[in-house]
Amino acid sequence: METLFACCVGFLSACGIFLMLRGRTFPVVLGLTMLSYAVNLFIFASGRLTLRGAAVLGTSEQYADPLPQALVLTAIVIGFAMTAFLVILAIRARADLGNDHVDGKLPEADAVKKESR
Amino acid sequence: MWHLITAPILLPMFTALLIMLPPIHYSPNRRRWVSMVSSAIQLVLVVLLLLQVQQQGQLHYAIGNWQAPFGIILVADTLSVVLVCLTSFLALGAICYGSAGEDEKGSFFHPLFQFQVMGINGAFLTGDLFNLFVFFEVLLIASYALLIHAGGKNKTKAAVHYVVLNLTGSAIFLIALAVLYGTTGTLNIADMAQKVAQLPASDLMLVKSGALMLMIVFALKAAVLPLQFWLPATYASASAPVAALFAVMTKIGVYALLRVYTTIFGSEAGALSGIAADWLLPAGLATIALGAIGVMASQDFRKLVANLVLLSVGTLVSLVALQTQQAAAAALYYTVHSTLVTAALFLIADLIANQRGKAADRLVSGRKVVQPVLLGMMFMVGALSVAGLPPLSGFVGKVMLLQSVTDPDNRLWLWSLVLLSSLVVIVGLSRAGSTLFWRISGSDTVAETAKPLQVFAVCWLLLASPLLVIFAGPLTELSLQAAAQLYDTNTAVQLILGQEVTP
Repeated sequence: METLFACCVGFLSACGIFLMLRGRTFPVVLGLTMLSYAVNLFIFASGRLTLRGAAVLGTSEQYADPLPQALVLTAIVIGFAMTAFLVILAIRARADLGNDHVDGKLPEADAVKKESR
Repeated sequence: MWHLITAPILLPMFTALLIMLPPIHYSPNRRRWVSMVSSAIQLVLVVLLLLQVQQQGQLHYAIGNWQAPFGIILVADTLSVVLVCLTSFLALGAICYGSAGEDEKGSFFHPLFQFQVMGINGAFLTGDLFNLFVFFEVLLIASYALLIHAGGKNKTKAAVHYVVLNLTGSAIFLIALAVLYGTTGTLNIADMAQKVAQLPASDLMLVKSGALMLMIVFALKAAVLPLQFWLPATYASASAPVAALFAVMTKIGVYALLRVYTTIFGSEAGALSGIAADWLLPAGLATIALGAIGVMASQDFRKLVANLVLLSVGTLVSLVALQTQQAAAAALYYTVHSTLVTAALFLIADLIANQRGKAADRLVSGRKVVQPVLLGMMFMVGALSVAGLPPLSGFVGKVMLLQSVTDPDNRLWLWSLVLLSSLVVIVGLSRAGSTLFWRISGSDTVAETAKPLQVFAVCWLLLASPLLVIFAGPLTELSLQAAAQLYDTNTAVQLILGQEVTP
């Protein structure tokens, strides 16, 4: 189970980082979302992975650590709010700057300008 | 009086909520007055808190009476309360400036501003690493919205970079926290300090990687090379009162570095003591150099001030990396000085830009400013202070920081870089000042003069500089005391955890 979990987290963060390095805002938003999923799974794993472990005392032989679960909840809420803000900001940037490149101008536009000179 | 420590967090929160409710929300004047009065009350309360901390030593407050290390606690020691005082002082000035008209250029200026103050105060006061993350997010989401206040292409462009970078930073922060929690089983700073000292050898590398990831996050917030690229564009494009408040934001990163790498990974941490110093010192020194180059290369005055912020961050991070009591004391005094003066300079830059017509704050010849004497005096006081010339606070701060460096190797690097950067700052500021005030072309401007509230705000912040010199004796005493309290980690940790204090 640990291997599968670790592979999942690793794959999600790899995809997230790859997408974050793209030039347009939409892949960047997706990348950040994936990275935050990976982070949430990782926090969850910091309380150790147990099967059939209740977080309440006296209900099972093994206990799950409730704190990482609470932390994940906080992290999910914050991450969700931030992503929502980023999506709105990206739309506004598309409207204000006329394109969806993270730097506000397309690299091709520069090349075209130089050629026309 | 026991609950006083929660006031710097609760007061801005309730003020922000109050401002958003009718009947206050419907009238710009009411919004302004509530915001200003609340900030003034907050300043009084935090000064009371400082007096209380002076009398009784370090205070801690268990939220909901859940005792450490299980519940979240707030810790008020001299260091954190001085920084909260600094924030309140700065916030009052910035809100007064904003109330002169800047706040009506977008919506929800005052609530967002109060939320950001709440986040900043909370980050200074918390004694729990995850709670630190939460307060970071509170101040960040408020700062995202404040950054695009009043709108414009430049702001949107800067905001996209700023938001994406900080979200990545938050992800790294969480990974670091999960690693630290997984190995030490706690997130309370005091408890973690004790656990780190007794780590089994198999966990050392994990904790080390977690600690260094935390360093990356704090270095990103503090804008240390190579994570500083977001700062000049962000600070230069934000509207003036927001940029003034942002002057304290980089200092939160520096504070977090100081706190975490002194209390948790300080001299008591066994194998992990001083892990950050090797990285922070060269990074800090390089940031000083880069800031100085930036000051010379800036094309407009606000970029120049943003580079001055960078320079002060570099100086502070180098001081933190020295890991001595004297250096921490010097860092505290220098933080107070540099934050207030750079904030004042951001406001002055806005006043100048408003009166120079199309040239704005670009360093080219332009129209004559309407109030050359007033703005010139303000500019001169700010420039003298930030460059570190006597008789203003920059001089005292620089003397303190130069004296605190005792190791000959460090002395060679830090002294030469700090002194050379001061020279560069003087050259850069004289060039900027003579261009802004004396290189005049075109007809006289018909721009409006600075409003009384704006002048008051700038004077309020600038006044701190001579005051820091007049009361330099008690204030250095205070910062030495704060540093001594910070470095007495054993006592602090045992007090928080309710154990018997062993000297």
